[in-house]
Amino acid sequence: MSNDNEMIKQLSIFLENKKGRLYKALDVLANANINIRALSLADTSDFGILRLVVQDPIKCKEELEKHNFTVKVTLVVGVQLDDTPGGLSKILKIVQDNNMNLDYLYAFTHEKSEKAILLLCTSNLENLTNILKENDVIIVPADEVYNL
Amino acid sequence: MIMWDEEKETIQRDDLEELQLKKLQDTVHQAYERVPYYHKKFNEIGLYPEDIETLEDITKIPFTTKDDLRESYPFGMFAVPKKEIIEIHSSSGTTGKPVVSGYTRKDLDTWATIMARGLTGMGLGDEDILQNTHGYGLFTGGFGVHYGAEKIGITVIPISTGQTKRQIEIMNDFDITGLIFTPSYGLHMAEVAKEEGINPKQLGIKAIGFGAEMWTEEMRKRIEKEYNTEAYNIYGLTEIMGPGIGVECEAQNGLHIAEDYFYPEIVDSKTGKQLPGGTEGELVLTNLEREGMPILRFRTKDITTLHYETCECGRTFTRMERIKGRYDDMIKVKGVSVFPSQIEKALLHVSEVEPHYQIIVTRPDIMDQMEIKVETSPDLFSDDVTKMVNLQKTIGDYVQNEIGLRAKITLVEPHTLPRFEGKAKRVLDKRNFN
Repeated sequence: MSNDNEMIKQLSIFLENKKGRLYKALDVLANANINIRALSLADTSDFGILRLVVQDPIKCKEELEKHNFTVKVTLVVGVQLDDTPGGLSKILKIVQDNNMNLDYLYAFTHEKSEKAILLLCTSNLENLTNILKENDVIIVPADEVYNL
Repeated sequence: MIMWDEEKETIQRDDLEELQLKKLQDTVHQAYERVPYYHKKFNEIGLYPEDIETLEDITKIPFTTKDDLRESYPFGMFAVPKKEIIEIHSSSGTTGKPVVSGYTRKDLDTWATIMARGLTGMGLGDEDILQNTHGYGLFTGGFGVHYGAEKIGITVIPISTGQTKRQIEIMNDFDITGLIFTPSYGLHMAEVAKEEGINPKQLGIKAIGFGAEMWTEEMRKRIEKEYNTEAYNIYGLTEIMGPGIGVECEAQNGLHIAEDYFYPEIVDSKTGKQLPGGTEGELVLTNLEREGMPILRFRTKDITTLHYETCECGRTFTRMERIKGRYDDMIKVKGVSVFPSQIEKALLHVSEVEPHYQIIVTRPDIMDQMEIKVETSPDLFSDDVTKMVNLQKTIGDYVQNEIGLRAKITLVEPHTLPRFEGKAKRVLDKRNFN
């Protein structure tokens, strides 16, 4: 079993594909003094989904909702990679060998340890976490990601 | 089946028509003699109250429109000195001045009577305890239900809308047996109740009454399932009185119009010609007994059909179908009539609570194009891009299913579409016809 602390609460925010919308969302965070740990943006011609990992996801969600954004909490899992060539493909091979589908992923670098952290989202997160652990991949606890 | 006023509610059609004619003649006299607006209008076309000799003669009387009422703002339609008016209600004005409605003590009693009949028809009686979540204020919804319940002796909880957790607490602690709400608020309350660990099915609700917004038959079924009871439609409009003009009975086969107090007609909205029963058209209502503000042949703009066959419940009053839409909201796109209510119906397939939306019609070249902007809500939003793209497509499919046209669906951020007071004007027509 994976424990709750392993799951990272990522915020997903709906954005219209319109000038200034990303700025407005990030401006809300700036004004609320919220630091972004990691960020990714998915978009279509009509709309985008901004995905954020922040220190205090609940407070951040409240701030954004106060400013009329639609926000959802989505759970993702973070794994540690060596910041060297082949680090990412090693993880993807495990995922593929176990016949799992990923919805999306994005990565960022851990400044202090110089390691890269990969965030993965899939419909069966628990299953993915267990498989990664069985393959000796280091899961980065949520607390550690929030408090980088 | 228990009725509030069995003698009236099961009156034979011949007797009813006789009663209606007498009341119509009285009302026409009263309007002609006491309301300068009607006096002038009758004189202009050379019509005298004596000319109304049969019920068919009602077609000689010119229509009264919402604009006519607006022009008489605030008290121009009153037929009695102001001191006899003991209560005033007002409908929200989407454009221009609102419409004011005045009631004498007797009028309030009439209002209470029609609503008492409705609540009785829903199966509620003096042993019941009713939570009324309609707003108490200028809006007629709250007070209309209240007066009816009071007349029966139902215990009323006049809680109004909002404070949902408190509503749930009261519902549970007071052993509420009847509920009045708008369908979307009812579904919301059921969700909150479950979050609070209360199963709405086990509350022991005997009947639910609703109205005041668009809903689908599927929504009614869901509400009935959530609360394990029956839900009944209530119709009314401020100009003529308020809720209770028509209420569904246990047969749930149309709303019985209180025909001894209101004379309903269906007319062709273009020609104004009266249409026979069973035909769809615009509902026109005439007050048959109202001291404060008798209104003759009011164009409701509501689209519906009247059925005159006696109901299985035994009531002989005509049954009105659920309002299909409103004529003043109708737009023509590529020659097809489109009602916002159809779009609402489509949207209710994808979201429990009707999302805010706007219809934008353009004509970039020679062909009309329709775009529907829909505000995302937590209910509609997903982190999954594919799901969101599918949502756009699904809404498009439901809209096409309703209106027969393909519209571009655009998802927009919450609170970015214009808000209007009361019944919203949802259409932005950018076509230049010149």
